[in-house]
Formats: sequence, structure tokens, C-alpha cells
Amino acid sequence: MKLKTTLVAAAAATAFSVGAHAATLDDVKAKGFIQCGVSTGLAGFAFTDSDGNWDGFDVVFCRATAAAVFGDPNAIKFTPTTGKTRFTALASGEIDVLYRNTTWTLSRDVDLKFSFLGVNYYDGQGFMIRKDMGVSSASELDGATVCIQTGTTTELNLADFFRANNMSYEPVPIETNAEAQQKYLANACDVYTTDASGLAATRATFEDPENHVILPEIISKEPLGPLVRHGDNAWGDIVRWVLNALIIAEEKGITAANVDSMASADTKDPEIKRLLGVEGNYGEMLGLSADWAVHAIKTGGNYGEIFEKHIGENTAIGLARGLNQLWTKGGILYAPPFR
Amino acid sequence: MAGEKPVAFVAERQIPPSPPPVRTGGALGWARDNLFSGVFNTVATLLSLAFVAYILAMVVPWLFLDSVWNASSLQGCREVDDGACLAVINERFLQFVFGFYPEELRWRPILAFVLLFVAIWPALFSSAPRKLLIFSALYPLLAYWLIWGGSLWGPVGAVVGIAIGWACIRFLPSLVRGRLDEGLAFLAAVGAGILATALWWLFGVIAFEEALDGVVAIGLEPVESARLGGFLLSTIIGVSGIAGSLPIGIVLALGRQSNLILIKAVCVGFIEFIRGVPLITLLFVAWLLLSYFLPPGTEFDLILRVVIMVTAFASAYMAEVIRGGLAGLPTGQYEAADSLGLDYWKSMRLIILPQALKISIPGIVNTFIGLFKDTTLVIIIGLLDPVGLLQPIRADQNWNGIVWELYGFIALFFFIFCFAMSRYSMYLERNLDVGHR
Repeated sequence: MKLKTTLVAAAAATAFSVGAHAATLDDVKAKGFIQCGVSTGLAGFAFTDSDGNWDGFDVVFCRATAAAVFGDPNAIKFTPTTGKTRFTALASGEIDVLYRNTTWTLSRDVDLKFSFLGVNYYDGQGFMIRKDMGVSSASELDGATVCIQTGTTTELNLADFFRANNMSYEPVPIETNAEAQQKYLANACDVYTTDASGLAATRATFEDPENHVILPEIISKEPLGPLVRHGDNAWGDIVRWVLNALIIAEEKGITAANVDSMASADTKDPEIKRLLGVEGNYGEMLGLSADWAVHAIKTGGNYGEIFEKHIGENTAIGLARGLNQLWTKGGILYAPPFR
Repeated sequence: MAGEKPVAFVAERQIPPSPPPVRTGGALGWARDNLFSGVFNTVATLLSLAFVAYILAMVVPWLFLDSVWNASSLQGCREVDDGACLAVINERFLQFVFGFYPEELRWRPILAFVLLFVAIWPALFSSAPRKLLIFSALYPLLAYWLIWGGSLWGPVGAVVGIAIGWACIRFLPSLVRGRLDEGLAFLAAVGAGILATALWWLFGVIAFEEALDGVVAIGLEPVESARLGGFLLSTIIGVSGIAGSLPIGIVLALGRQSNLILIKAVCVGFIEFIRGVPLITLLFVAWLLLSYFLPPGTEFDLILRVVIMVTAFASAYMAEVIRGGLAGLPTGQYEAADSLGLDYWKSMRLIILPQALKISIPGIVNTFIGLFKDTTLVIIIGLLDPVGLLQPIRADQNWNGIVWELYGFIALFFFIFCFAMSRYSMYLERNLDVGHR
């Protein structure tokens, strides 16, 4: 009897906590800011400037979401999360949305009960090697020693790749990216493998980046994107459509500089009108103001602008757009129509 | 006058002492005795010298001659010179000290830090005025108020809670005198006191704070925990852990020796459980399980949770260190205390503990130093202590790729703190050495 009572109480408590989570949008509006989970530090994606403000590719998307909801990109608080704490932070309601270069996988979507809302960066695992080794393709890596972060999906991808190609390798297990840089530079391994964006960022910090090459093969799919809790649909819609709005803005040539004039001027393009809230009641459908997208775009510009500023070819990270180019320009970045 | 003739072989006065031979005195003699006293020692000395010279030849130019203090990025450093890029520390120094603490409010943690020395002065040096101890007792709440801000009445409410508990322990036994066994009455009073304090803290403080805020609102601008970081965070966790673990450790150690089975069981259970679990696990519990268990929206500060866990962890170790000290005393001391007719608390306070703690000093300081260094583990749960700050700083495009400078800087900070603690413990041992050996 007692056990039964306890169980009922526990179920009630669970229902209560789920119920409390279900209306994240209301919670967010009530508290007046978004609690966003970001990485504790990943070059170009999330870092702090000398004044202690968070900045970076992922951070700007979070700020744009805050701008869409509150009209203020600073109505946001950041929770730095590690690879170990990120999912718990989201599941327990400590954060409202996780923007932490997290790979969209089936088990995370289904088993951990999160909803991925799109992809803001298509990454993939690559290899970096010294130029004087004379290797031009990953298929020539037979017998190489490889620096590899333990306990990551990259470790599994590496094993798969070498087995599929009938090659052998000698792993040098390392714990962090910083350690990997040191090991690789000290010649403890021939090859360093991790996400291609990470490789580019790492290479950019070398004193002689021209002596290292990133091999052309990408051996895995790593779609990185934002996620919220299951069952949080109204809130998830907002996060999803802020991301889509920034992509559409790039398609339509709307930038941080011209968004105001675009919104006021008599543009011909009906999709721009809908996006910027001149026509239709799309903001209302989302539960936001009509000009939510204007605020979001003003935060850091459209997708392309954010990319160029934080990780693009003119930055120290120096990533090419590659897959992350718009679908009209040879990439796979494709937002559903705004109507 | 012939008899007065001095005898040639009798010295009239003492010959002044001549300086020792060069080979045995002075620096040369010292070096000969200590460094070159045999073939093995000579070889070892030369090898060590060569090693030291080798290291210095690498470090000195890197750190002093070729280092760059003013640059805005790692590339900028490399353009100027090829030594250490200390510009990163130059630029991020305040971030390392305060984390993201609002700039215009930084006088508050600084003031709290200065007052910390006033507060620990009477605890560290017997020459300090004893009345300062009252300030020391109030310091934790004052520091909390200074660092986190908010209404003054919150901390005052907490003090009231302690006063209520103390009043229960002090006055309840006399109310039931004669009707209950004295020890039992005392135990009941302690229980009632703890319960009353806890109830007050849980339910009374907020009402108290709101009521008084309505009358006179005195407060500082609140600063949320997420903005604390860097050495400020390490110091908060380290100092509260150290300050909390010693008294709790003493109580646990005494409890473990108690004849009352319940108290003994609780103490042994606590100590063995905490010692059997790694600190990281406890931090995860503080961070993660509590966020599941507490109702959503509950404000239970993460740093406070971490401080509680770290204190509990250090207390268990401290209890065992002090138990070692208690066990090291000859039984005669306990019997002597009893024969003087002292009750339990008096005998502990006047006879046993002063001696036991003196024996335990090296172990106690050892635990303190270990605890202080363990504060870096909070990086696992996403708190940005100095080591945690490395990641966002190194993720900045300007500074990506810097390793040695930043780690060296943090190591220096920890070294200064730990070395100071260890020197103090040696001073204390010398001072308390009353010659039982």
C-alpha cells in the first residue's frame, strides 16, 4: 500500500515536472530571458571576449533567438556546458535550448528524448597530416599513428573507416583538443583526426600552418544543430524558425545593414514581406511580435554574415562554406519556404 | 731584575683565534662539505647543475627576454618575438581574477578578500585581539552579502536563525532540569536547536527579509552565480571548504569516538560514505541529481551546492586526520582530565583537543591543500574556475593555440596559495612545540 502511494506520488511529481516543462515559451516569457546552453569553449563557436561576454557562431544563433522573442539580443543568459553535462542540463530544465555543436543522431533524438530543430553547421570528421609526409589521401594512411579523442563518436568513426578500407592504425588516445595540438606538434602522432572545423581551427593556431594539410576525405556526417526537450513544440518552433529565418535572409540578400530598409521599403518579393512581418500574421502564429525576424537578423546578420564573421575564410579559423553554402550555390543549406 | 725576565716559551697572552682554513669555512667550505664531499656527490652535483642550467637556458629567454606583453592576438605576439605570449595574461588578467563579475562592482569581492585576512587573523595568530573572533564568526555572511549582493536582511535573517538555535541549546536544558537526565536533556536541546534553525532558514528567513525590506531596504545590487569565476570562485570554494571542514571534522572525529551508539553510527556512516565516493561523483550529484529532484524553478544556487559538497568531502577526511591526533594522545591525558573533575566538553576543549590538534597540524594542512587544489574539479560541471576559463579564452580566435603561458600562470597562483599554507603550518608547529620530544 505504502509502495503504491509512493509510486503515485512519484508519478504525480513527474507529471508535474513535465507539465512545468511543457510550456517553456511561457516560462521564458515570464522570466524575461532565455537560458542558453553553449560549449565551455570551442574556437569560433563559443568563447568569451576580454569583457567576459559570450560570442561565437553558436552564441549568435542563441542571441538571435532571444532577439526574436524579446526584441533584445541581450535578454539571454549562457550556461557553459561540457560534453558530459549538456544533455542533463537540457533534460532537467536548467537550460531552455542547447546550441552546443551537438551532432544530431538517432539515439539522442529518440532515446534521450530531445528534438533537434535543424542544422546550423554541417561538419564531418577529417584528417590533418604534415605536408612533408607526402600523403594526399586518407586511403594512404595504412599503419599511421593517429591522435584521437577518447570516448567520442570520432573514435568509432575512425575504427569503422580503417576497417572498411582494410588498413591498420595505431591510436594515440588523448583527452582534449589542446592536448591533441601539443601531441601532434611534438610528433607523437602522424595524423590528428577530429571534426574538420576543429582541424581547421587547430591548424590556424600553428606557427607554420602551411606545412600541414587537411586531407580531402570526410569520413563521417556530423550535422550540428540546436535542440530542445521533447514535447516542447511551441518553443521548438520558435528556435527552428529563427534558424530558418536567418538562412532565408541570406537567400534573399537581407543583411543586418539593410534589414530595416527592406522592412520599410516597398519590396516586391512577397516572401521577404512575409519574413519581415510586413505581410501576414506569421509572428502571431509563433506567438511573437510581427517583426521578430527583423530583430533576429539585426543581431548578427544573416546566416552567411554570422558564418563569415566567426568561422569564415577571413577569420583565423578559415573555414570554407563547403556543404554549408546555400543550396542555390552548391551547398545543402536549405530552409523550408516561409509561408 | 733577572728573575723578572720573561720566560721565552710562556705565552703572555692568548693567541687570537685565526680564521679557519679556507677549505673548511665560508662558502667554499660549505660547498666542499655539502656538494663535493665524494666522487658520487661531485658527479651528482655537476649533473644537477647542468640540468638546472639547461632548464634555465630554455625558460629564462622564453619567459623574460623574448616574451611579449603587449599584443592583441597570438599572431601579433609571434610577429613581435618568439618567446612567451604573456599578452594573453595581460589582457585577460581581470577575467582570471573575477570571472565575469560586473566591472563596476568589483570592489565588493576585493573588500571581501581584504576582510578575509582580518577575519582569519585571530584564528591564525595568537597575538591578535580576541574580540576580533566575533567579526570572524560573522564574516561568512558578510562575505556572502558582499559577493552576491541582495538585501542585507537575508544574511541578518540567517544570523537570527543561528541565534535561535543557540538559544534553544542554551536555555532548553534548564527548563526541563530535574525531570530529565542531564545528558539526554542536552541532546534533546541540541536536536531542538538544529531543528528550529533549519525551520527558520527554510520558512522564516524569506518572510523576515521581506518584512524588513518593507521597513528599511538596505541592499547591494545582486550578482548572480553565473558571473562568478576565476580565482574568485576557487577562493570562495576553497576558503569556505577549509573554514567549514575543520569544525565539522572535529565534531565528526569526536562523534566517532562517542559512547552513544546513534551518534557514533551517524558519524561513521557519514565519514565512510563520503570517503568511499570520489569528489567528482559528489559534484555531479550536486549539479545533476539535485536539478532532477528539486522541483523545477527551485532556486538553489549551484555554487552553494558545490560548497556544501566540497565541505562535506573535506570534513570526512579531516575527521580521520583528527581521529589520528586523538588516538595519538596517551590514555593518561584522558584520565587526567577526568580526575580533575572536568565534564566531557571541558576536558575536550581544555586538555584533549589542543594536544590532538597540535599533533594533527601537518595532516590538517595537507587536507586543506588537497581541498584547495581539488576546487579545479568544478570544471567538470561547467563552472568557470581558472582552469575552466582556459577553454573559452583559448577558443577566442585571437588566443587559440596558447597553452604553456596560461597553465603556467594558473600553476603559479595555486603554488603561491599552497606554499603559503604550508609555510604557515610550519610556523605553527614551531610555535606550538612545547618540547614533548
